Amino acid sequence: MNREATLNEPNPALALLLPLLRFGDQVRRRVQYPALGIAGLFALWYWGGWAIANNEDTMAFASFAPGPTLAAFWDLVVSGNVWKPIESSLYRVGWGLFYAIAIGVPMGVMIGYFLTLKQVTHVPFQFLRMISPLAWMPIAVLAFATWDGAIIFLIAIAAVWPITYATAHGVQRIDPMWLKVGSNLGANPFHTLRYIVMPAIAQDVFAGIRLAVGVAWIVLVPAEYLGVTSGLGYAINDARDTLEYDKLAAFVLVIGIIGYMLDAICVRLIKRSSYHAEG
Amino acid sequence: MGAAISIDCITHHYPGQEQPTLRDIRVNVSPGETVALIGQSGCGKSTLLHMLAGLLLPSEGCVRINGHQVIKPSPRWNMMFQKPSLYPWMTVRKNASLGLIFQGRKKAMQGRIDELLETVGLTDKAEVNVQSLSGGQQQRVALARSLATDPELLLLDEPFSALDAFTRVALQDEVTRLARARGISVVFVTHDIEEAVAMADRVLVMGSNPGTITAELCVDIDHPRDRNSQAFVDLKAELMGHFGATRTPPADPQQTDESRITTPEAAAQSPTAKAVAGESRKRARAA
Ligand SMILES: Nc1ncnc2c1ncn2[C@@H]1O[C@H](COP(=O)(O)OP(=O)(O)OP(=O)(O)O)[C@@H](O)[C@H]1O
Ligand SMILES: [Mg+2]
Repeated sequence: MNREATLNEPNPALALLLPLLRFGDQVRRRVQYPALGIAGLFALWYWGGWAIANNEDTMAFASFAPGPTLAAFWDLVVSGNVWKPIESSLYRVGWGLFYAIAIGVPMGVMIGYFLTLKQVTHVPFQFLRMISPLAWMPIAVLAFATWDGAIIFLIAIAAVWPITYATAHGVQRIDPMWLKVGSNLGANPFHTLRYIVMPAIAQDVFAGIRLAVGVAWIVLVPAEYLGVTSGLGYAINDARDTLEYDKLAAFVLVIGIIGYMLDAICVRLIKRSSYHAEG
Repeated sequence: MGAAISIDCITHHYPGQEQPTLRDIRVNVSPGETVALIGQSGCGKSTLLHMLAGLLLPSEGCVRINGHQVIKPSPRWNMMFQKPSLYPWMTVRKNASLGLIFQGRKKAMQGRIDELLETVGLTDKAEVNVQSLSGGQQQRVALARSLATDPELLLLDEPFSALDAFTRVALQDEVTRLARARGISVVFVTHDIEEAVAMADRVLVMGSNPGTITAELCVDIDHPRDRNSQAFVDLKAELMGHFGATRTPPADPQQTDESRITTPEAAAQSPTAKAVAGESRKRARAA
């Protein structure tokens, strides 16, 4: 740093160039490996498209290739047709996650706090957890008046487990001294929850939510194959029925992009909720 | 004002243990007095301190503070531990004000906390995260946190044992000065004989299996105490000698120096021993 500072004075052009070079170097370091990964994925996709197009049996599906897909994707974005299904899907995932959080966090706090409850709930919860959310579909359809209600239920029941168990894990890791000090300072249960437990487990809760978002986003698409006439899952099914394979692939792309963004938001939240000092 | 404590015949069994951890402990602490508890590891010092704090209830007997039986923790008597156990997601100021927040006394908080942080020398660190502080600074925050609610009694469980020698001496003097200035009663556990002599008006020696008070020693030196003075060094040696004796079968209490070391029973019986303690305290106040 110091050496550069002394260099800057005699040569003003260098003063401009050096930070620019350094910035360029930083950017390159940051993007080089992700770019490599993305390029690899595209190459694989391209090769797959090429293989499909050159096989007599699969030739009809040639528009899965990057070229037609990206064109269809562009059309969807330009025409604005992409937004409606995204909106419907996000609405369902949003509510599903809302219920999962509203149920999972308190449940996780209780399970983490009371060892007995953990032991009592262990078998039933692990049993329920291992049932595919989609297996609940017939029951959900019977139980809920609307398709939206049924799908939200499915998402919630899929997402509630990671949130519950991540929260419970966080509570178990709370330093017992923090609780002791708190009660020693006269904290009532609300204070303990608000000032000690919640900040202590925030990061674990968001880590659980991140897992839950992943599960919810996966469950969403098959859940939308049934009954509803909106959403990304429906859009894919619809494109298949009308044999618009380029559009189908474009929606797959949309699902991937939105899922990636949701995950990135969660990563942000996890980082922000961490109390560990940086560095 | 400091709290008066009376520990009435405490006996304690932890569940699943045959031997009682504590047996028949009887101690009185007068308002503003500083009492040190020393004894071998595992003799039940922390257990006794937790009972004073209301964090643990004795299986027999009870603790009374100002005549009221202690049944739960209260911000009026505050415990400090070996680790500062600050909340790492809060700033220094927030950590220190927590007791006041819990009491719903947010109004006068700002000024009070400023004042306290100045007392412990952390004014310029008020808004930083506690994770960036050194061990000594963290223990100072814990001290400020304990003092914020204006406690009548401070309970310290080896509070300075994790600190380096310089910081430790500084904090020992600081706590003594603050407690005396505010008239707070202090009961502290320590493994450090010098610490006991430097801070306490009275030192209680505990023996183990089961935990009982085996001896009591009055520290009759004016504050601030000069750690190199003859009286200080003599007391340290005396305490050390007695402390060593707890490892071998306890010596006959009659043979020890009556005026300084007395068994609790003797202390209870002999009015002179109590008078000596009272005298020394009075003199200490006057100084
Ligand atoms: N929660 C507990 N359950 C059962 N036994 C306990 C519990 N806590 C402490 N004990 C036992 O009680 C005895 C006294 O423990 P305590 O922590 O009070 O000792 P201490 O004098 O503070 O020791 P140290 O100087 O090492 O801190 C020990 O023998 C310990 O094994
Ligand atoms: Mg202890």
